[in-house]
Amino acid sequence: MMPVLFACIHAPGNLPLAVECARGFSPYIEENPPDTVIFDVRGLDALYGPPEMLAGEIERRIGVQASIAIAANPDAALHAGIGFFDRLRGVTVIAPGREAEVLAPLSVNLLGMTGMSGETAELLDLWGVRTFGELAKLPPLGVAARLGDEGVHLQRLACGESCRQIRPIVDPLQFEEEMELDDPVESIEALAFILSRLLNEVCARLAGRALATNELRLRLVLENAPDHTVTLRLPVPMIDVRAFLKMLQLDLSGRPPVAAVLKVHLRAEPVKPRRTQQGLFVPTSPEPEKLELTVARLRNLVGDGHVGTPELQDTHRPDSFVMRSFAPRGASAVAEAPVEKNARLCLRRFRPPRYAQVIVVNHQPVRVVSPSVSGRVVMAKGPWRTSGDWWRNGADEESAWNRDEWDVALESGALYRLFQDAAQGRWFIEGSYD
Amino acid sequence: MGAVVLQLRSDLLSRFDVPFEVRKRPDISQIPTGIQVVDQLIEGGIPRGTITEICGKESTGRTSLVFALLGQATRRGECCAWIDTSGAFDPASAAEAGVDLDRVLWVNCGGNAQHALKSTDLLIQGGGFGLVVLDMADVDDATAHRIPLASWFRLRHAAERTGAALVAVERQINARSCSALQIEMRTKQPMWIGRLLRGIVSLAESRKHYRTRVAEMRAVR
Repeated sequence: MMPVLFACIHAPGNLPLAVECARGFSPYIEENPPDTVIFDVRGLDALYGPPEMLAGEIERRIGVQASIAIAANPDAALHAGIGFFDRLRGVTVIAPGREAEVLAPLSVNLLGMTGMSGETAELLDLWGVRTFGELAKLPPLGVAARLGDEGVHLQRLACGESCRQIRPIVDPLQFEEEMELDDPVESIEALAFILSRLLNEVCARLAGRALATNELRLRLVLENAPDHTVTLRLPVPMIDVRAFLKMLQLDLSGRPPVAAVLKVHLRAEPVKPRRTQQGLFVPTSPEPEKLELTVARLRNLVGDGHVGTPELQDTHRPDSFVMRSFAPRGASAVAEAPVEKNARLCLRRFRPPRYAQVIVVNHQPVRVVSPSVSGRVVMAKGPWRTSGDWWRNGADEESAWNRDEWDVALESGALYRLFQDAAQGRWFIEGSYD
Repeated sequence: MGAVVLQLRSDLLSRFDVPFEVRKRPDISQIPTGIQVVDQLIEGGIPRGTITEICGKESTGRTSLVFALLGQATRRGECCAWIDTSGAFDPASAAEAGVDLDRVLWVNCGGNAQHALKSTDLLIQGGGFGLVVLDMADVDDATAHRIPLASWFRLRHAAERTGAALVAVERQINARSCSALQIEMRTKQPMWIGRLLRGIVSLAESRKHYRTRVAEMRAVR
């Protein structure tokens, strides 16, 4: 069985250098601020020889004054690394089983960095216990009776018998790729090949960690022009290279870069993939991946801001809503909706409201004239005055509305909603009842 | 003996919803409009996997009927799409008619009928939508007639394949033989109460399998 070994670098004032050096030997590195790192070096004997040779290689690579220690457990390596810093040659290799003997001369104050409380430190001082060796020699039952669990733990540390695992530094996950181009690329078709390659690499790395992405950021460095950025925000996490490529192509064809591309940078935001199980008795809904691609195609066709789900605003302002992206929530089992006797009368809006000339007799509209709707008014009901936002000032002042609404029936049989803007005195047709 | 049976029935009734009847299974081959007279007229609802045309002039209740249908579909948990050729969709009216707006994808084509047809095709081919409404109610007759029959056939085949109900709202019948159900709306009279427009009384005429039937529909505020 491969012996477990841990190395410690104690380099006062050079922690980043120590971390960088440790990265050259192991991916499992524990930082112990302010000056120390511990890392797992098991199996490196095949590469560097016995632990003494490995310690020498670490000392050579770090290049600054540092104390190197190698031991069979992380705490023994840590205490040796810090405790023997003042030695002429800063290398300490502790053979397995000799930890207590080697660590014996170290001061018990070192245990302060591994959890010794101030009260215990004072007590040990009163007892005249100054070194690891003296603490190790105390009868274990007596230590347990007087100092409790903490005392037992400290005595094990003093004997070099700790058996904890190191707490490795977890690097933030970065899923990004970039490519500098030899020659500037102008066409989107040529760019698609590069994007496909970058997407494949990023998605393969995401898949390797069982992740997906809900946000893709593409940055194109352009020739003599500011960077062009594309951000795809997805309602559900996805990892479909073809769909991503198509969405990026659609975005770039709708909003192409203004100059040739010199460099392509792609970044994916990693998130956990979506895991859902459809019920047997729920209505089908569009597959999110397919839907996103369809919506991207629709946006490309009819324009951004014209596709989505309307969300009504909490105001009485006519036709007040915001368009947000379509992301239907999961459905429950099919339910029977109630049956009504009558339908609800609905309005078909004219956007923007159509300007009309309205002849008014005795405060009643009698004729409407406009390029699309004209005729004699056979019935008019109103006016219904609505107003709002008149209390706003400054830039929001324009949002105020104040108008008189009329419901009118023309001789053709059509029913319209008219309104007269109180500020301008002009008439508009807001829509037809249908 | 009779008393025992009655006792047994009353005991079971308190524990089960319908112990002595077959539970009514929702008909998934049709989407009901939720308006009693219209559902009776069209024998249950709008058929899935084909085209239904609802046509008529302005203020004949076409939109009110389709909003009722949309309300029923969304309340049953289905995803729906509204392809709005002229941008006339009023979200406030739809919400009042019982439509769950979260389940509606609205595509505003800004007056371009070609874009509307292409959007409908994309959405039906994509699948997953229970009801797709192609609103061409404000498209003039000349433009509507220019839509080739092949386009309607393509849409019908896509609807058949995905099982979506495609409802076209128009001024006149355009899809002709491609549509399985045609409903023509006519205004009978508006309803006024005091200083209020109360609603519209319309006549809905359905044509299905060479049979024509008429019913009176009311759309009220």
